[in-house]
Amino acid sequence: MKLELRRIHIKDIQLGNETAVKDGVLTVNAEELINLLKEDERIKDVKIDVARPGEKTRIIPVKDVIEPRVKIEGKGKGFPGVTSKMEQAGEGKVNVLYGAAVVTVGDIVGFQEGVIDMWGEGAKWTPFSKTYNLVVDITPVEGLQPHIHEETVRLAGLKAAEYVGEAGRDVEPDEVLVYEMGSHAEESKKYPDLPKVVYVEMLISQGLLHDGYVYGVNTQQILPTLLHPNEEIDGAVISGNCVAACDKITTYQHQNNSVILDLYEQHGKTINFLGVILTPELTTLDGKFRTCDYTAKLCKMLGADGVIVSEEGYGNPDSDLLMICKRLENAGIKTVLITDECSGWDGMSQPLADTTKEAVAVVSTGNVSHVVTLEPADKVIGDDKAIATLAGGWEGCLEEDGFMKCELNAVIGSTSEIGYHYCTAKLY
Amino acid sequence: MKFKVLYYVNQFFGQVGGEDKAGMAPEFKEEAVGPAMGFNGLLQGEGEVIGTIICGDNFFNENKEEALEFIMNIIKEKQPDIVVAGPAFNAGRYGMACAGVAKAVVDELNIPVVSGMYEENPGVEACKSKAIVVKTADSAAGMREALPVMANITKKLVKGEELGLPEEEGYIPQGKRLTVFAEKRGSQRAVEMLLARLNGGEFKTELPMPEFDKVDPAPAIKDLSKATIALVTSGGIVPNGNPDRIQSASAQKWGKYDVSQRDALTGEYYTIHGGYDPVYANEIPDRVVPLDVLKEFEKEGVIGKVYDYFYTTTGTGTSVANATKFGTEIGKELKEAGVDGVILTST
Repeated sequence: MKLELRRIHIKDIQLGNETAVKDGVLTVNAEELINLLKEDERIKDVKIDVARPGEKTRIIPVKDVIEPRVKIEGKGKGFPGVTSKMEQAGEGKVNVLYGAAVVTVGDIVGFQEGVIDMWGEGAKWTPFSKTYNLVVDITPVEGLQPHIHEETVRLAGLKAAEYVGEAGRDVEPDEVLVYEMGSHAEESKKYPDLPKVVYVEMLISQGLLHDGYVYGVNTQQILPTLLHPNEEIDGAVISGNCVAACDKITTYQHQNNSVILDLYEQHGKTINFLGVILTPELTTLDGKFRTCDYTAKLCKMLGADGVIVSEEGYGNPDSDLLMICKRLENAGIKTVLITDECSGWDGMSQPLADTTKEAVAVVSTGNVSHVVTLEPADKVIGDDKAIATLAGGWEGCLEEDGFMKCELNAVIGSTSEIGYHYCTAKLY
Repeated sequence: MKFKVLYYVNQFFGQVGGEDKAGMAPEFKEEAVGPAMGFNGLLQGEGEVIGTIICGDNFFNENKEEALEFIMNIIKEKQPDIVVAGPAFNAGRYGMACAGVAKAVVDELNIPVVSGMYEENPGVEACKSKAIVVKTADSAAGMREALPVMANITKKLVKGEELGLPEEEGYIPQGKRLTVFAEKRGSQRAVEMLLARLNGGEFKTELPMPEFDKVDPAPAIKDLSKATIALVTSGGIVPNGNPDRIQSASAQKWGKYDVSQRDALTGEYYTIHGGYDPVYANEIPDRVVPLDVLKEFEKEGVIGKVYDYFYTTTGTGTSVANATKFGTEIGKELKEAGVDGVILTST
């Protein structure tokens, strides 16, 4: 399978009369985009705005972040099984508006939405302060049930990203990244001496604002399943706007999954990367046993020597993470876990909800309860009062002088458990 | 201006005497005594030891209140910028005295304290979360190594500089997990850790596994029909409007609500929990806090009584320290109210 990600470097976004990319500047025809999104009769109103790195702009409450792309060659356009007909992703050529992102905001669906600050203290904590963000503010019609409301804004975000991505169709890329990997038999023949490595990506699968989707299938309904890494970085996996803002895997982060990309970088050099196992995090004990046993079995069947397991969310999924680890280590498979911690405002509490002695190699991506103070914004896109009810905020945390205190919990991507960001926790 | 250090030592290091003087009551000398002299020199003129409190180890541990009253009065009067105690090495009673002083000074006066102890000194556990305890050898032979480390940390604390990692600065970890930025992103660190493991190289976990408390289950209730049963939940069920503003994640408080006049919660309660799909709980909050069924049981005589109040907080992201505090507070109330059993629901 061969995928070309052809990056067009975006250096600014402007609103204008056409949607096009010229000299690295993405211009978006807001009216056309609004009309497109309003074709969904569940959407009452849409507003479009732009937030640029360094501007004193706050975006809140953020639901999802999506990278605008267009597939110029090969099957599986956009997000197959979701926004376009079902076709297999992972092959062909994709033009990527690299440096740009579509960010969805609007009436709050659930407590798990978040904040992006484009400047100052807040910018340090989120990877999406560095992207040029086209913010799509969606007001649904009144009376929508919560699940329908969530689906509506999720689809609107994906559609907006596809619409914007189309602007890159005929633009020459600034760089071309090639991701190519053959069958296990072929790769093992090429690299007979390299250790075989599998990536287990856990996806929270627990209901409203807690679901992930693969080819449009809610991961609540899947058994752990094997993907070619190219499929995920080509739009097969999307976010259901899951869990707390700090460690939800946004659609953007699926498209650019950092574990996949960093393992790919080593493929053929130090490891033989076998693929990605998507594992749902279920709520029932039976479900946890089923998925954890099944995941370990797949790793064993593939002959993995080493596995990286990334979590999504915290609390009960800590058990899934450690159950998988225990099974893999007991099968002689070297395992590295990526997780964040819940050690309280002062960092003095027990960091995980479960423990196992087999978890000897763990990457920590920070304490979700770490409290940060964000400076007053010149401009708020969305509604900053939402912070009072978001996970990580509290009544009164938006102070009268405009300063906002919140836990990293509320900051999009801050403690990303696919290791997309730079936070860690150290013992002091 | 030089910063002011008040020093605490025991009878031995205070040059009063050995075990025979361990019963001495605290004294204050307006000079640097024993290790305080060497320490004073190490401050290199930036600060100054303005006096030394000397107290017998037995006296402190046997008359803690009296000893602390004297010591705290001196400290309040002298208003030092920082208090230094020890190093106590592996002397248990001395370590506990240093810890007692450290805790009182930090908690009541909010003045920083630096001490020094051998890792296994019981004083370490007693005060490491409050004071900075420098890691020392197990005997006074380690004085020469310990004092410069203590002096260096003292200077940093007074100047308000952030301390580096425990292993860099030489102190025993306080148990705080602080969030900092790494040079490489998490996925890169994971790949490198895995490569190290696959190649048999050295690696260091970033998160050593926590150790858990084990709680024995309470004995069974012998006669349910006479028992008062209370409902307690971490599922975030609150009256509509969330009057006590309980957080949707990482709760800082709990609430209790009178349900004595109700047969069910449905209608006036909902969940503010940020960790699960709330739709079904909002439809029928009794799915999380089963008041409806319990009230039926009460009518049928299966149980004696449903306690008048239910207790609630949010479990998601709530620190174990907060959860322990809530549990202790709620448990105390329930016990005092004569509740026999609790149904604790999570989500």
